[in-house]
Amino acid sequence: MLAYLIRRLFAAAVMLVVIVMVVFGIFFLVPKWAGVDVATSFVGKQADPAAVEAIREKLGLSDPIFQQVWEFFKGIFVGRTYAAGGDVTHCAAPCFGYSFRSEQAIWPVLTDRFPVTLSLALGAAVLWLVFGVAAGVLSALKRGTLWDRTAMVVALGGVSLPIYFTGLLSLAIFSYGLGLIDAQYVPLEDSFSGWFGGMILPWITLAFLYAAMYARITRATMLEILGEDYIRTARAKGLKEQTVIGKHAMRSTMTPILTMLGMDLGALIGGAILTETTFSLPGLGQAVLNAIKNQDLPVILGVTLITSVAVLIANLLVDILYAVIDPRVRLS
Amino acid sequence: MTTQRTSGRAKRTAAAAAVVAALLTTAACGGGDDGGSKNGAAGFDAANNKVAQASEAKKGGTLRFGSVQDADSWDTTRGYYGFMWNFSRYYSRQLVTNKTEAGAAGAEITPDLATGVAKVTDDGKTYTYTLRDGVTWEDGKPITSKDVKYGIERVWAQDVLSGGPTYLKEVLDPKGEYKGPYKDKAKDHLGLKSIKTPDDKTIVFHLPQANSDFEEMLALTSGSPVRQDKDTKSKYGLHPFSSGPYKFASYSPGKDLKLVRNANWKASSDPVRKAYPDAITIKFFSNANDLDQRLINGDLDIDLAQTGMSPQGRTVALKKHKGNLDNPVSGYVRYAVFPQSVKPFDNEHCRKAVIYGADHVSLQTARGGPVAGGDIGTNMLPPSVPGAEGQKYDPYGIAGANKSGNVAKAKEELKACGKPKGFSTTIAVRNNKPVEVATAQSMQAALKKIGVNVQIDQYDGAQTPGIIGSPSNVKKKGYGIIIMGWGPDFPSVQGYGLPLWNSKYILESGNNNYALIKDKKIDGLFTDYVKTLDDAGKTKIATEINHKVMEGAYYLPFTFEKFLNWRSDRVANIYTSNGYSGMYDFVNLGLKSSK
Amino acid sequence: MTELSKTGAAVGEPTDPTTAGKAFLDVRDLKVHFPTDDGLVKSVDGLTFTLEKGKTLGIVGESGSGKSVTSLGIMGLHTAGQYGKQKARISGEIWLNGTELLSADPDQVRRMRGREMAMIFQDPLSALHPYYTIGQQIVEAYRIHHKVDKKTARKRAIEMLDRVGIPQPDKRVDSYPHEFSGGMRQRAMIAMSLVNNPELLIADEPTTALDVTVQAQILDLIRDLQKEFGSAVIVITHDLGVVAELADDILVMYGGRCVERGPAEKVFYEPRHPYTWGLLGSMPRLDREQQDRLIPVKGSPPSLINIPSGCAFNPRCPYADLPKDNVTRTVRPELTQVGSTHWAACHMSTEQRERIWTEEIAPKL
Repeated sequence: MLAYLIRRLFAAAVMLVVIVMVVFGIFFLVPKWAGVDVATSFVGKQADPAAVEAIREKLGLSDPIFQQVWEFFKGIFVGRTYAAGGDVTHCAAPCFGYSFRSEQAIWPVLTDRFPVTLSLALGAAVLWLVFGVAAGVLSALKRGTLWDRTAMVVALGGVSLPIYFTGLLSLAIFSYGLGLIDAQYVPLEDSFSGWFGGMILPWITLAFLYAAMYARITRATMLEILGEDYIRTARAKGLKEQTVIGKHAMRSTMTPILTMLGMDLGALIGGAILTETTFSLPGLGQAVLNAIKNQDLPVILGVTLITSVAVLIANLLVDILYAVIDPRVRLS
Repeated sequence: MTTQRTSGRAKRTAAAAAVVAALLTTAACGGGDDGGSKNGAAGFDAANNKVAQASEAKKGGTLRFGSVQDADSWDTTRGYYGFMWNFSRYYSRQLVTNKTEAGAAGAEITPDLATGVAKVTDDGKTYTYTLRDGVTWEDGKPITSKDVKYGIERVWAQDVLSGGPTYLKEVLDPKGEYKGPYKDKAKDHLGLKSIKTPDDKTIVFHLPQANSDFEEMLALTSGSPVRQDKDTKSKYGLHPFSSGPYKFASYSPGKDLKLVRNANWKASSDPVRKAYPDAITIKFFSNANDLDQRLINGDLDIDLAQTGMSPQGRTVALKKHKGNLDNPVSGYVRYAVFPQSVKPFDNEHCRKAVIYGADHVSLQTARGGPVAGGDIGTNMLPPSVPGAEGQKYDPYGIAGANKSGNVAKAKEELKACGKPKGFSTTIAVRNNKPVEVATAQSMQAALKKIGVNVQIDQYDGAQTPGIIGSPSNVKKKGYGIIIMGWGPDFPSVQGYGLPLWNSKYILESGNNNYALIKDKKIDGLFTDYVKTLDDAGKTKIATEINHKVMEGAYYLPFTFEKFLNWRSDRVANIYTSNGYSGMYDFVNLGLKSSK
Repeated sequence: MTELSKTGAAVGEPTDPTTAGKAFLDVRDLKVHFPTDDGLVKSVDGLTFTLEKGKTLGIVGESGSGKSVTSLGIMGLHTAGQYGKQKARISGEIWLNGTELLSADPDQVRRMRGREMAMIFQDPLSALHPYYTIGQQIVEAYRIHHKVDKKTARKRAIEMLDRVGIPQPDKRVDSYPHEFSGGMRQRAMIAMSLVNNPELLIADEPTTALDVTVQAQILDLIRDLQKEFGSAVIVITHDLGVVAELADDILVMYGGRCVERGPAEKVFYEPRHPYTWGLLGSMPRLDREQQDRLIPVKGSPPSLINIPSGCAFNPRCPYADLPKDNVTRTVRPELTQVGSTHWAACHMSTEQRERIWTEEIAPKL
C-alpha cells in the first residue's frame, strides 16, 4: 500500500511538471507561432514600445522557455523578484506568478478565492450526493414505475439543461421575482446565514446538474448490483431487505459513485466557471474567466496549476478510497 | 463555416436569453413609475444633458456602483477606461478639470487645484498655473506644484506605468529626451525640463510646440499630482494616495472597491466637488444580467461602466421602469474601415461602392436599433466633439432616402473602380462582440446584392492590437473591411481623430489608423489645429478634417452610438456630461436620503 | 421412518391432504411461473416431493429444467427483493417442519431463511460479497438469528471455518473471498450456511465451479456434515455423478416437471424414463474404456413458454413413436409407479422400457 502510494505521488509530481510545461507552451509559444506578441496584449490602447519591452523583460518573455519554466518553479519555493525600469516587485514564496494587470501576486488571489469555490463545490456535492443517490436508488427499486420514469425524465432534463439557463431561471424566480433569497456571496467567517443564503441557489443549480447525472449512474449501478449473486446470498442468510439494500448493495453501488465524485470535485475546485459567472461568485472560476478576458496569463497559469493539483489530489484520494472500499484493489 | 457555427450557438444562446428575459419581465413586479415624482425616478431622459433632482441631494449615505468590468488601473497615470477617468475624480484632483455641468458644458475646462485656467503666453507655448490655498493630501500635507510635476512625469515611465494616455509626454517632450522619474538622475527626480516649479504654488509648462488642446490634456486623469514618497510605482493603482474628497478604504481587484471620506479634504479648497455621499462602493459582477437585475431591484444605484444595459435588462427596464433610464449619445462612432493596402480598396470607387451598397437601417438594427444602438451615423465625427455636424453632414446619403442601400449608385462606383461584376473580400470582426458580428453579417447580406462577396473572419477580440493593429497582418490576411468603434479621449478632433487619421500614427503594431490614411491635407489640418488657439478656429478645422476623411471614403459609419443607462430612485443631482462621452458625471452624484 | 415413507419411500405421491406437512419437507404441486413480455415462463409446473431429516435428495436435470427455481422457491427468494418487475407467480404448498411457507408471513419466512433452511450456491466467488471479509459475512449470518455480541459470533465463525477444514481459521477469518482458492471459498460458503445449524440445506450445483479433485472433497464434506448435523439436504445438479455419491433419493426434472424419481440405486440401475437414460449416457464413467459409451441427449431443452404438447420430452425422445395413436404428442404422461418407491412419467409400457433398458441402453453404458 505504501509503495503504491509513493508510486502514485511520484506519478502525480511528474504529471504536474508536464502540465506546467504544456500550459507554458500554450500561453507563451503558441502566440509566438501565430505571430502575436504576448507582451503587446499587456499594454493599453496606445502601445508604447518601451512598455512592451519592459513587460517582456518583467515576464522574462525573451528567455528560453525552459528557463521561464524553471524560474516559475523556483518562485514557488523561494519567491521571485520582478524588476524592470526601476520598478521592483517582490512576489513572496509560494510565488505562483504575478499579475501585471491587477498588480497582485497570484497566490493570495488564489487563497482568497479558493474558499468560495470550495464552498460551492462541497455544498453542491453534499446536495447532489444526497438527492442524486437517493433518487437513483429509489428509481432502481421502483424500476418501470411512474416514479422511476418521472425521475429519469427530470434527470435527463438536469443533464441537458445548461447552467446559465437553470441558474438564471432560479435567480429570476427565487431572487429577483419572489425576493426570497438574496443571492450574494457573503464569506462564511462574516455570517453563516448570509453565506448559506448566498450559496443556496448556486448549490441547488449546480447540484441539479450533477444530481441528475448521479441519479442515472446510481440507478444503473444499483440495478446491476441487485442482480449479483452475493445479494441473493445476503437474502438467503435471512437479512432484512433494508439491510440487503442499505448495506450490501449500497457498498458496491458507492464505488463508481465515489470515483465520479472525486473527479467531479477535482474539476469543480478548478472553478465552476459557468456557475460562478451566473451567480457572480468571486471564486476561482470567475478569476480565470476575468483573466482570460484580460489576457492575464499569470492568473490563468496559476489557476490551471491549482486545478491540476486539485484534480491530481482528487485522483489520488479516489485511488486510496478505492483501495479502502474494494479490498481487491489493495492486492494489485 | 466559422460564421455558421457561431451563429448557431448564438441563436441558441439568444433563445435561452429570450426565455429568461420573458420570465424576468413577468417576475419583476412594481409599477411602471414613469413620472417625475420627487422620491421616485426622475423620468425618461430626465438626466440626459440636463440636471435631474439637484435639490433632492442630501449629505450622507452610500452610493453603490456595480460593474461587470474592473478598471484597467486605478492609478491616475495608467487608467484609460472612460469610467475610470470619471470615477477617479472622487480621489484625485488635477490643475484643471471638466466642468461639473450637464451636456456640452461638461466638456469645458474649469480650474480645480489651480486658482484659474492657464495663463497662456508665448504664442500658446507657455502655460502658467497657481495652486489654491488649502489643497491637501489625504494625510493633511499640502499639495505642491512639485507633486503635480511628479505626477505628470510618471507618464514618461511607460515601461513601468503602461496603459494610460501619453498626450502630455508627446506634447511636452516630443523627442522623448526625458526618461521618466524612475530613471531620473536628479536628486529630486524632477528632471523634466519643460515643467518648472519656481515655488510650491506655481507651475509653468513650456511647450516646444503649441498645442491648442494642451489644457484638455492636463484635465485628463494622467495630469493628477502624485507624491513621491507615496508612489508605489506599478502597485500605485491598488491604493492611489488621495487628493480628493474620498480615499481608498479597501480594494480587491475584480471583487470590490470602497471609498470613504477623506477627512483632510476641505470643501473650501475645491470649487468642483460637492462630495455628497459618505461612502462609495463598487461591486464587480461576472454576469451582466445579474448586474442589470440588481440595478432594477434597487440593490445598486449606477452601472460603473456606463456602456448601456444588456439586452435582457434593457427589455425589462424599458417596459417597467422607463423613468429610471437615460438615452444619451455615447461619443462613440461605430463603423467599418477599409485598409487601403488590401485590393481593391486601394481604389476609392470600390470603397464608395461598399458605402453605397450597405443597408444602413439593417446595420443600425444590428447595433440595437435607434434607442439602444443610436442614430444612423453619417460621418466620422462624434456629435459630442466641437465641430461635429451630426446627421446634417451626410455626403453619401447614408441616412437619406436610400438608407436601406443604394444599389444603382453602388454599381456605378463598381464600374468606375473597374470591377463592374463585383469582387470578393474579407471582413475582420472581433469574436467577443456579438453586436459587431451582427453588423458584419448585415454587410455580408447587403453587399451580395451588388456582387461583392464577403467572407467573415472572427478573430480573438483580446488580440486586437496584434491582429488588426498590424498593417502587415491585415494585408496578409486580406482584411478589406474591419469593423470597429472609437470614442474621444477628450472632446476635440485631436482627442478623437489624431490616431485614426494622421499618417504619423501608422504603427507596425497597435496601429489604429487602420485605413492607412496618408493625406498631406489631413496631416496639415491637424498641424494647423494644434496651433489655433481660438475655439471658433478650432471648430472650423475640426469640421474640415471630418469632411476630408469622409471625402476619402475610408470609412462607412454605422451609428452615432447611444446607450440606455440606469439610475436608481435614490440618486439625485444626476446628469450626463459630454466631458465623459455621455456618461453620468459621477463626482457630484448625491443620494436623496442619508440612509 | 414415517408411515408415508414405508409406503411411498421418501419420495412418495403425497396427494392426500390429511398427510400435508407431516413430512419434514413436503412440496405439493409447486408451480413457479414468470410472466414476461414474451409470455408466461413455466419454470416449475407442478412438482411434488417430500424429504425427511437426515436424508439427501438429489434433483437432477439440464439447465432450465426448473431445479434451481425450485430451490429458490423453497427459500422464498422469488418474492423477496423483486423490485419493479412483475413478480413470479407461485402456487402449491411448501411445508417445512409443519409450516406452510407460501402462505406464511414473508417476515416469518425471512426469519426461517438462514436459520432453518440454508443454501450453498454454485459459484462461491460471486456469491460472497467481495468487499467484506469471510469472517464478517459469517458473523453477520450468525448474528441475524442469534443475539450475541460480535466476539462470540467471531468465535463461532472461526469454529465453523475450522469444522469445514480451513487451515489457520483464526487468521483466515479476516481474509477476503478473493484471497481464498475456489475450494476454500466453497468451504467458507458451507461454513456460513451451516453456522446456524439449519435443518434443511440446499446445495445448488455446489461443485460445478470447482476443479475435479476439489469436487470430491467438497462432496465428502457435505456428506460428513449432514451426518453430524442430521439435516435434510437437497443437492441440485446436472451431474448424476454428484448425486450418485450423496443422494438417498433422486428426482429427475425435465421441462419444469418431475419425470422420474425413486431411491438412488433404483434410478441408477433400473431407470424407467428415456431422459434418465440420456443423462446416464452422458455421464462420464472412469470404470469403462469404451469410446462410444457417451450417448448424449439429442436436441436442446424445451422452451418453457411453449412446452411441447403431450410428453415434454417427445421431440428429443428416440422412442416417441413406440406408443400407439401418437399419444406421446397429445397426452401428457403422469407419474406412474414402476416399483414400490419408484415412479416415472412415460407413455411406454413398463415392459417396453425394461426391455429397451436391459437390451439397448445398459450394455452401452
